[in-house]
Amino acid sequence: MIEARQLTKVFQDKKRGEIRAVNEVSFRCQPGQIFGLLGVNGAGKTTCLRLLGTILQPNSGTASVAGFDVVREPARVRASIGFLSTATALYGRLTAQEMVEYFGRLHGLAEAVLHERIESLFSTLDMNEFRHRRCEQLSSGMKQKVSIARTLVHDPPVMIFDEPTHGVDVLTARTVVHFIRDCRARGKTVIFSTHTMREAEKLCDTIAIIHQGHIMAEGTLGQLRAQTGAQDLEDVFVSVVEAK
Amino acid sequence: MKGLRNIGVVYRKELLDSLRDRRTIISMIVVPLLVMPVLMLGMGTMAARLVIRARQEIPKVMVLGGEDSPKTLAALRAHKTIEVAPASQDYTNLISEKRIRAAVEIPVGFDAALQSGERQTVQIYVYEGEMKSSFGAQPIDQFFRQLRDATLNERLAAHNFPERLLRPIEIRQTNVAPPKKVSGNLIGSVIPYVLILMCMTGAIYPAVDLTAGEKERGTMETLLTSPVGRTHLVMGKCLVVLTASLVTTLLSLSSMWGSFALAKRLVFRGMSGGLPLPLTMDLASLAAVFVMMLPVALFFSATMLAIALFSRSTKEAQSYLQPLLVITILPAVASLLPGLELNSRLALVPVVNVSLVSKEILSGTYHWSYILLIFGSTSVYAAAALAAAVALFKRESVLFRM
Repeated sequence: MIEARQLTKVFQDKKRGEIRAVNEVSFRCQPGQIFGLLGVNGAGKTTCLRLLGTILQPNSGTASVAGFDVVREPARVRASIGFLSTATALYGRLTAQEMVEYFGRLHGLAEAVLHERIESLFSTLDMNEFRHRRCEQLSSGMKQKVSIARTLVHDPPVMIFDEPTHGVDVLTARTVVHFIRDCRARGKTVIFSTHTMREAEKLCDTIAIIHQGHIMAEGTLGQLRAQTGAQDLEDVFVSVVEAK
Repeated sequence: MKGLRNIGVVYRKELLDSLRDRRTIISMIVVPLLVMPVLMLGMGTMAARLVIRARQEIPKVMVLGGEDSPKTLAALRAHKTIEVAPASQDYTNLISEKRIRAAVEIPVGFDAALQSGERQTVQIYVYEGEMKSSFGAQPIDQFFRQLRDATLNERLAAHNFPERLLRPIEIRQTNVAPPKKVSGNLIGSVIPYVLILMCMTGAIYPAVDLTAGEKERGTMETLLTSPVGRTHLVMGKCLVVLTASLVTTLLSLSSMWGSFALAKRLVFRGMSGGLPLPLTMDLASLAAVFVMMLPVALFFSATMLAIALFSRSTKEAQSYLQPLLVITILPAVASLLPGLELNSRLALVPVVNVSLVSKEILSGTYHWSYILLIFGSTSVYAAAALAAAVALFKRESVLFRM
């Protein structure tokens, strides 16, 4: 489970001054559900997910991820999450297998367990054909599969996806979407950010609309429709954002 | 234990990753293995050949005047190691333009003055600092010295005076330093300088690749999602940079030793009389110098890691590190400066201290108090640089500097 409580992140910019990228954000994601953060570019989605992934530290507020506090127990939080974003690239000079092995070892897996996990993941994701090829030689679809295997190698209870389909081709996007659904089916807590309405509509059990660092509305698609009186998610989104 | 294991995991991966990078291999292995032989053999051979050729060349010299001194003129013309060119008033330009190597002016009435016992001045004109000109002037100078001595001996003999009357004191210089020290003093000036540079050169590329390179390729965020603490990540990375630096240094040393042995056989063999000086390289001293380089390598590795980490891109990192290389050359030159000797103040100046103590070690002098002080102080500087790198790695503004 993920529980964010008054999470706030402020950046200092030389030109623009103080920027409150995430402002007193609170929400709760349940296991076996997909929680979607929907917002335009620069709304604060990535910062929010980086705070949950302990890559950044909040200025105030906190969050608990899989029962661990992001401020007090960051290493334990990172051990419990799988973090995937378009920014989380692969080491080009490592092979697909070496890449996944490296992250398995960073997560402290014993060698026997690690190899068992790798065999199972590589079969499930159909990666055996390119397991010994260097990541720099892989297609974008293959790369995305390696990234997925990398996030799953330690079998984390919480999955954090930051715009995972952004900039990838249709087939790769389908692999990712399938993978996210699979995580939900296996009872993992999934938080997912996107600016694509259709993707949020298709995948999310709960949607939070984030704008200028604030959560403007939160609920199931049905609840959001009822709140705004709009049917299409794009209309729902615009009506929520403009209501501000 | 867990921390050490994590450092080991990061180290092994980063090392594997670096070894697959052509640029790292070039800077770590190819450069030291090629640069040293090229420098020592190539340049050495060229310099030695030029000197040999210049010595073999019979210099063209001009004799000015001397028409009334046929005896001296004939002796000069008969001299086998010079070729006498026709006299010309333009001798100054001819020497400057290297068309003749030197000129000698014989004063009017020289032969007669020698007989009568009058004092004469023979003027030799040269191009100062020009090797071939000095090779041209040498035989003339020698000719007139011999003529002076012979005339003097004749005059002394005519008056039944013994030669010792004119030379009451004989001055002789004898080298008491063992050959190792003489050689260490000569080679010891160059080796520390080259090693310090190689130690730094070897660290530059991996330091950039493992920090700014990671940012640029987008793997930094991937790495930060792992549960390994940032201190351990920096330590693992720093150890890889250190390994690259030490491998470069070790290969440079080996290559230098090998090239030196080869150069001794190939280059100096051609010189008449063999080696002009007793040049030897002692393996134990080289090993001791390598040990002194350990904290220096760590200091460079951590400093460069910190600087490169601060950069947004590899290009920016390289533009910060190139001037650092130039700045480091200055203190490294300490071993090349004549007369600069180690003292307790200099022993605390980073790079200068190692440069000077390595020179002493290579000449067989082990000042243990200085050696310990320098090893200790450089280790402290290295630890401070590592602490700075760790502190930077924990700063969001540095990791996500856009």
